[in-house]
Parts: sequence; structure tokens; C-alpha cells
Amino acid sequence: MTMPHPDLVAVLAGILGVLVVASTIGFVLQRKLSPDGSNAVVENLNDRIRAWWIMVVLMGLALIGGKTGVTLLFGFCSFAALREFITLTDTRRADHWALAAAFFVVLPVQYYLIWIEWYGLYSIFIPVYAFLLMPIIAAARGDTDHFLVRIAEVQWALMICVFATSHVPALLSLDIAGYEGRNVLLIAFLVIVVQISDVLQYVWGKLIGRTKIAPKLSPSKTVEGFVGGALSATAVGAGLSWMTPFTALQAAFLSLVIVLLGFFGGLVMSAIKRDRGVKDWGHLIAGHGGFIDRLDSVVFSAPIFFHLVRYGWSAV
Amino acid sequence: MRGAGAGLAGALILFFARFITAVRGRWAGVEPTDEQRIYFANHASHGDFVLIWTVLPRRMRFTTRPVAGSDYWLKGRLRRFIGCDVFNAVLIDRDRGSRTSDPVAQMTEALDAGSSLIVFPEGTRNTTDARLLPFKSGLFHLARARPGVALVPAWIDNLNRVMPKGEFVPIPLICTVTFGAPLRLTEGETKQDFLARAEAALLALSPKANAS
Repeated sequence: MTMPHPDLVAVLAGILGVLVVASTIGFVLQRKLSPDGSNAVVENLNDRIRAWWIMVVLMGLALIGGKTGVTLLFGFCSFAALREFITLTDTRRADHWALAAAFFVVLPVQYYLIWIEWYGLYSIFIPVYAFLLMPIIAAARGDTDHFLVRIAEVQWALMICVFATSHVPALLSLDIAGYEGRNVLLIAFLVIVVQISDVLQYVWGKLIGRTKIAPKLSPSKTVEGFVGGALSATAVGAGLSWMTPFTALQAAFLSLVIVLLGFFGGLVMSAIKRDRGVKDWGHLIAGHGGFIDRLDSVVFSAPIFFHLVRYGWSAV
Repeated sequence: MRGAGAGLAGALILFFARFITAVRGRWAGVEPTDEQRIYFANHASHGDFVLIWTVLPRRMRFTTRPVAGSDYWLKGRLRRFIGCDVFNAVLIDRDRGSRTSDPVAQMTEALDAGSSLIVFPEGTRNTTDARLLPFKSGLFHLARARPGVALVPAWIDNLNRVMPKGEFVPIPLICTVTFGAPLRLTEGETKQDFLARAEAALLALSPKANAS
């Protein structure tokens, strides 16, 4: 393993600094407002901060591990997300082989294609090949009840949890002149902008949030929170242009795209949760719900960010 | 050597169960304390007691023994190793004609030795569309024989979708085990009344019961 790039070390040190500050604030708040653990907002905040520590440490290790680390981490994220998604579908006995294929063939093959950087195939493997072959497996079992619903659910699950998610490690395959060996920082940039945007929307919403933006889908999201969060996250993204191949203006534009897609992705995933009558996708991370609850904004922005950067900056 | 092998196999089975099902225990009616108990659960798969075992705190796993059919768990060396050495199951003969020892007596013997039990009162795996099969009378006889031990209902959700009968590749899906409030046989309660009460207490823990 080679030494991590100094820029990556700087980014990770910066994030750790933010977390130390957050943990200190959380500790003080708990001492003052919730010494007996009775203040739900403070307890939830501290749960979130603890979960952030775990996520940042895992993400940091993956980024230091380079291509192997990132591919393994997001491969596992895809697996955990698919497990949560399929749990909420109406799939049944007759889908058993199709589902087994989704988990144990389609997912590993997609990540293998990402690993060998075969852009031409990983871009269409799930949208074309899985799309056509999975219904054949399901049809072979002969159960036609709700057939269209079932195959559509499996395809959607694969597109979201595997195809879209796999575009995060795919960023490593881009070949950007003058940016060699620093591609992991593109991933750091994407993830930081998305997560900062989520946090800032939450903060702005708590501070000045009045007008609900989508009361049916997500009662906690407000116009003020969204606008404040989006603008300040775009500003943070522009400020991070030093770790990217972009100018400050370009970084601001890409950040805005990431933030908007992340926001609307969150709404889409909320709509699915409402439809299924659940509050969270799963229970893996305390204070955050499931994997998909944390991944949804990254998932929606990753493929578009990937393609924008590929067409705008990459030589391959 | 055998003990170390069983410990390793147990750890592997736990890891595999968590990998496939990310199983979580919801202690809705009781806390996970060291009190001696009889957990009774719905039965859809051979992995049922593994999930209950997985969500129990570690120290409780060693004192909690599943009750299982000897016809399945004594067939073949691997099953015998898993059933007897890893899970220390109380193996009962489900065939009334051939059996030489009384299952209720075997279970009370294990209780008297201080163990908790995991039982499946449906008596066999439920492969029907019904959420629960009618309970066999064993639970009643056990409750009457040891009235001091709390009977805790445990609903295992989703495992039937992970591995339907006849399939051998498990589908990763999130499972939960929900523990309800303990039951005890009341003074003068008939067998029918008690079994109906136990069935209702278990069914009430199913997430589908709460949704509709």
C-alpha cells in the first residue's frame, strides 16, 4: 500500500476535527439538557454523532485503502441496501431464484466490472442484461400473480441499490489530466457535499424552518431548511474545490447538482417508505435507521456526478 | 477439541445468521434478564432457533436449549454435531409409536437442571399460508408440570421468506424476533383456553397483526 495523498490526509484530519467539535457540543448539551437521558432531541443527536464516528472511520479506512477498500465498502453497502429494499417488496416464493441471482450473481458481477473498469459493460449490465434476464428467471416458475409488480420491484431495487451505488467506486476509473492518483478525493468530495447538505438542511430546518415542503412525504423537511441547506452546502462544495480538479465555480455548480439530486432522491425514497408503511428502511445504524436512509442522497447523485465529471473532465 | 470445534461452529453460524438476516431482537414485553424461561415461537424454518439464539445476550445462549425433533437432528454427522454439540438441543422423538421417553419429561428434566428452553408448539414447520398452525398440547403439559417458569412468546418474522421449504439458497432479508409479555398457566385454566391464549399472545407480536 502506498502512502495516502497529503490532500486526503488533510481532508480526513478536517473531518475528524469537525467530529471532535460535534462530540464536544453533544457532550455539553447532554450534561445541560438531558443528564438523565430524557431529552429525545439531544439523545438522537448524540446517537447520530456516534454513528457518524463509525461511518467516518469506515469511509476513511476505505479511502486510504484505495480501489480495493472503496470497492469492498460500497459492494457491502449495496448488499446491505438490497437486503433492506427486498425486505419491503411483495416478492414471493416464485421469485426465489431471481432474488438469489440478484444478490449472488448480479451484485458481484457489477462490482467486478467496476473493478476491471469496463465502462461499456457496467453502464448497461443492470439496465439491459439484468432487466431482460431476471424476468425470464421469474417467469420460468410459472406464478403470474402480480408478476409485473414483482419484476418491477426487483429491477428497481437493483437499479437503486447496486447500479446507482456502484457509480461511487466507478469514480476511481476516471482519467483526469493532472489529477492522477487523487481520484479517491472525488469520492470524498461527493460524500462530504451530500452529507453536509443533509446536516445543514437539518440545522437550517431546526433554526428557521416554517413552511413544510412535502408534508405528505417527509414532515420534517421545510422550504427554509432546503434553501438554506442547499445554498450553504454549495458554498462548502465551492470551498472544497482545492481537493478536486474543478475551479471554485465548477465545484459550486457540481455541488448544487449533487445537493438537488440528493434532496429529491431523499423525497423519492421517502415516498417508497410511506407506500410500505415504514418509518425507516432498517435498523442497522442507531439514530439513522437503515443503510438506505443514509445512502439515499448519495445514490441519486452518484451516477449523474459520475457522468458529468466523465464528459467534462475525463479522458476515458 | 470437540468443545472448541463447537464454539467455532457456533460463532460461524451466528456470523452467517447476522450476514443473511441482520436479525434484531425486540424486547417488547420482557427484558433480556437471566430469569429461567420457556420461549415459545412460530416455526417456519430449521433456522428458527438460530435466530432466537442470535438475539439472546451471549451469557444467556449457554443456558438456553432448543427443543427439536430427533428425526431431523440425528440424521447425519453434521446435523448431529450442530444439534447436539453446538446448540445442545433437547432432542425429542415426535413419533408417538416408536418413542421410548416422554418429551414433556425430557423438557422438565432440562428445566430442573437450570436451563431455559426454546420450543415450537406448532410441532412442525408451518409451510401453509396460515400464519400459525394450531398448537399441540405439549406446551400446556409443560406449563402444568412447571408452573413457576414464565412462558415468553417470541415471534420470528420474515425467516420463511429467507429460505422457503425446499430451497437451499437463502435470500438475504431483514428478520426480527419480537419477545412478548410472559404468560403463566392460571388456576383451573383448561387446555383449550390456555393454548388459545398462548396462540393469541404469539400472533399479536406479528408485525402484520399490528399493520391490519
